[in-house]
Amino acid sequence: MFYPLQLLADWLTYGIFRIAAGTLLAGAVDFFILDTTKIFILLAVIIFCVSIIRSYLPPEKIRAVLAHKNQYVGNALASLLGIITPFCSCSAIPLFLGFIQAGVPLGTTFSFLVASPMINEVALVMLLGLFGWKIAMLYIISGLVIAMLSGTIIGKLKMESLVEPFVYQNVVSADGDLPRMTGKERIVYAKDYVLDILKRVWLYVVIGIGVGAWIHGYVPADLIAHYAGDGTWYAVPLAVLIGIPLYSNAAGIIPLVSVLTEKGVSMGTTLAFMMSVTALSLPEFMILKKVMKPKLILIFAGIVGVGIIFTGYLFNAIL
Amino acid sequence: MKIQVLGSGCATCKKLFELTKKATEELDLGAEVEYVTDVQKIIDMGLMSSPVLAIDGKPVLVGRVPETEKIKEIIAENIK
Repeated sequence: MFYPLQLLADWLTYGIFRIAAGTLLAGAVDFFILDTTKIFILLAVIIFCVSIIRSYLPPEKIRAVLAHKNQYVGNALASLLGIITPFCSCSAIPLFLGFIQAGVPLGTTFSFLVASPMINEVALVMLLGLFGWKIAMLYIISGLVIAMLSGTIIGKLKMESLVEPFVYQNVVSADGDLPRMTGKERIVYAKDYVLDILKRVWLYVVIGIGVGAWIHGYVPADLIAHYAGDGTWYAVPLAVLIGIPLYSNAAGIIPLVSVLTEKGVSMGTTLAFMMSVTALSLPEFMILKKVMKPKLILIFAGIVGVGIIFTGYLFNAIL
Repeated sequence: MKIQVLGSGCATCKKLFELTKKATEELDLGAEVEYVTDVQKIIDMGLMSSPVLAIDGKPVLVGRVPETEKIKEIIAENIK
């Protein structure tokens, strides 16, 4: 599928820049051109499609569905719907308040809060472009399972008392009326969204792939494999810890990780790291303090963290 | 007539506020645009996305920031 891009990369590297074939520099430049063009094309196409779908399914519509479902169906649906909903720390509070006050169960709300940032379109594009569709699918499925399980556990633990009391003092209807969008508006919306995301991530992508290309060309494989290969038991939890403060840079981190994998870091460790980068975010925790007690945030982070570590070990064992 | 922009205080919300102010000036409505950063107000309208443009308490634009021309169009349509 990306064969024409390979031709383009080869032509630029050997034909235009006239770098001698077989050298380390040629390998790094070729790799850089191929990966950046591939990622930018995928970003544009996939984010455009996701935005069109999203214009039909905004959070308000999702909530109307979730408020009328039983909890288990709700958790599964919430996780699935979390995929298409973009997430930033500034949307966490309105989503949380809106869900809870319309009667969506706490567990279901958490399923959504886990899935929405973890399975996001930028991370998906990077995985698809740099690791292939199998790893991307694996990431989506494990993300969904972690989101569903975390929500179910939090629901079972009856944590409502750890939500700030003011949240429950207000009740709203889940069936609000939204202004309609025309087909043309949806396309403009999707186009704007693509440009907005590209503007935000392009530099990270370029730097990430740039450093990746350098490692690809110059760093020996056994060095990294020695510290983060299959044999080191602490690689997975360490990767998860490092991932927590790195949220906003998912676009730059995945290209790096992809190269590290090629150099011997095991796949489970890589997946755990990426899940931690997207799902566990320090700024999000700080913001959630407005609506829930720190204890609930810790429980939430703990459950998701354990889920991610378990997934890491599982895939290290079977892949 | 009451024109409000509601948001969580993020950059996107501020942008909609600025563009709406410009739009009302260009339409020569003589109306003030109010900027509301109380998230609960958005929830009470039955919404969860920000920013929101509301005219007399009714949301007319949710979760996106179009160009000034489009905002003018939306305002003109909703003040009849």
